[in-house]
Amino acid sequence: MKPIRMAGLLMLLAIAPAVIAADYVTIPAGQFVSALAIDGSTSRIAMPSFAMRTEPVTQADYLAFVAAHPEWRRGRVSPLLAGPQYLAAWQGPLTPGPAVPARQPVTEVSWFAARAFCAGEQARLPSWYEWEYVAAADATRRDARGDPARNQALLSSILAGSGNRPGTIGRHRANFYGVRDINRLLWEWTGDYAAMFPNADARVAGTGATLALCGGSALAFADKNQYALIMRVAALTALEPADDAPRVGFRCVRDIHGE
Amino acid sequence: MSRLLSTVLVTASLLAIAICAMPSAAAPRATLAGDFGPPQGAPIEEKLVDPPNVPAPIHRNYPARVIVRLETREVVKEMADGVRYTFWTFNGTTPGPLIRVRQGDTVELHLKNDPGSHMAHNIDMHAVMGPGGGAAATVTPPGHESVFTFKALRSGTFIYHCATAPVPMHIANGMYGLIVVEPPEGLPKVDHEYYVVQGDFYTSGTYHEPGLQSFDMQKLLAEQPTYVLFNGREGSLTGANALTSKVGDTVRLFVGDGGPNLVSSFHVIGGIFDSVNIEGGTLVNHNVQTTLVPAGGATMVELSTPVPGTLLLVDHSITRAFMQGALGEIKVSGPLQPQLYNKVSSGPVRGAAAPKAVAAVSNVNDAMADGKRVFTQICSACHQGNAMGLPGAFPPLAMSDYLNADPKRAIGIVLNGLSGKITVNSTGYESVMPAQGSSLSDGEIANVLTYVLNNFNNKGGSISAAEVKAVRAGDKSK
Repeated sequence: MKPIRMAGLLMLLAIAPAVIAADYVTIPAGQFVSALAIDGSTSRIAMPSFAMRTEPVTQADYLAFVAAHPEWRRGRVSPLLAGPQYLAAWQGPLTPGPAVPARQPVTEVSWFAARAFCAGEQARLPSWYEWEYVAAADATRRDARGDPARNQALLSSILAGSGNRPGTIGRHRANFYGVRDINRLLWEWTGDYAAMFPNADARVAGTGATLALCGGSALAFADKNQYALIMRVAALTALEPADDAPRVGFRCVRDIHGE
Repeated sequence: MSRLLSTVLVTASLLAIAICAMPSAAAPRATLAGDFGPPQGAPIEEKLVDPPNVPAPIHRNYPARVIVRLETREVVKEMADGVRYTFWTFNGTTPGPLIRVRQGDTVELHLKNDPGSHMAHNIDMHAVMGPGGGAAATVTPPGHESVFTFKALRSGTFIYHCATAPVPMHIANGMYGLIVVEPPEGLPKVDHEYYVVQGDFYTSGTYHEPGLQSFDMQKLLAEQPTYVLFNGREGSLTGANALTSKVGDTVRLFVGDGGPNLVSSFHVIGGIFDSVNIEGGTLVNHNVQTTLVPAGGATMVELSTPVPGTLLLVDHSITRAFMQGALGEIKVSGPLQPQLYNKVSSGPVRGAAAPKAVAAVSNVNDAMADGKRVFTQICSACHQGNAMGLPGAFPPLAMSDYLNADPKRAIGIVLNGLSGKITVNSTGYESVMPAQGSSLSDGEIANVLTYVLNNFNNKGGSISAAEVKAVRAGDKSK
């Protein structure tokens, strides 16, 4: 699992020399069972190998992005793609300001904006399964979800983060794959989040037929013990793709070809 | 789930959902029970107050549009002295404010979610007839606001709560409250109205462990709460925060149980519910001691407070009251009502060992005080606190011709007891008085006899410890 330096390193440095290029790690192929039951079924899912950013996209990363892409600056971006809360904590369109530390995950970015950022580093948003596959690990195990102590620790960690801002990156050990801060700091957009439909009040699975007609997936929680994960799904599915929430950020993944 | 969704696809699917979710047509207007027609007059802004207070009763004879504004906030507050917890709340309090409307009103609910919230929140109102009690219509991400209207078709006392996944956690963190839908004619007038909601809480630490406590998922699943609380805090209804009433007043309590898990055996120690609207509905029971409040349910009770003092609100699954915090108070002020409630005396039962004696007291006042103590602790159990005895069982010591005729005879009776028929004030008694000589000192016997001789309309006089000692010695030499 060697970090793969992103391909466009030199190009990005030319635009924003202060930014350190993002690290990606290879996530090996494997099988796992999602905590979500999509359309009423839980099945073993075969995950191909892919590469994931070791850390959430930071405020500094995002500043470099808007510097290079004026169409994504606050005030210029189309309101269809980013709502009124877009980068609301920033002092100005190119000035995050002292309230927003550079090493903090960027939040208040819409799903559309996150998607554009990832495309800008030849990557994409992870699928829910990709995110969940990596997030199932703890520091030593590929799948630690059966450990009540681990589940409680995640929950306590999330609840301890109060106020409007997520915490700082790097306070916890990297997980089994070398990925950091995937569970505790913030909710992260996934590429397909908008196609996940719990019943609108999230207490029971929606009726499959209706949702299939509408192009979505009825979603239920197969593993009802994953409270941190259920909170995440509830928080994400309440959002429209143009919403910008103080606790929602993202990280990117890349396909690995030829493996 | 497809991996990558283009903007177009997402937009299209959202549009499709919006269309699919739309009701087919407006419901036909018909004579629907509880529907008194469209809202009339200017919209009314509901004046919400913090628990345990409630909005004023409704004096209105037409259906109105009532605007209710709630905001979900995640706040750190104390659940007991020195014990902090991150409550998830409606309007910053657990329970959220009591909402009060009239049957037939159209409620326009504005639900805001604080931008600092971790979670999306929503509201399921049990007063709503329709899917999810409005839950689906009110899912609100942080920094957003939802507006939902419903017609309150049924009168009663109803719970509202957050219904966002994981639901047990949102409720365990305190997201519930009551909505009261008054019948068109209103509720009977009472002197005081209060609002109490019970909830069970699951903390990482043990009961009273200080500091910021985290939510404990395993305790939740085991349904083993650390705290069972009224209004989200131990002491929220005791001491300076106690509910109040006056002698002769009536009190109405709107009582809910947010849960998430426990059913409450709601009881007021020292009170009888004159009326209970069972489960918050229209069936009324009378003269009830303890009533069940289901989790996710409510009740409305009324009680009279004819006697001054402190009544206790408890969950009479009583461990919760004394070990987990489910305790409140109603302080009733006013003059004593001895004809209704009167403490006459207390002391050990006959034959029980009395406390070991203090040294003989020489000072007259101290002797009287000591005599009174002995009388209260021992003699009054049979001879009664007013020394009038009990007819047919225990002879009087008050205005007693038998005692006053020969006070020194009483020394031997107290030392050795008495059995057989005697006549006191022209009435015959034939019971057994146990000997007190082994449990009372000479001084105590002298003091109590002196106390009795100089009280209860007796003739006066005194008995000394030396005289008692002499009688005791004489008994031994026999």
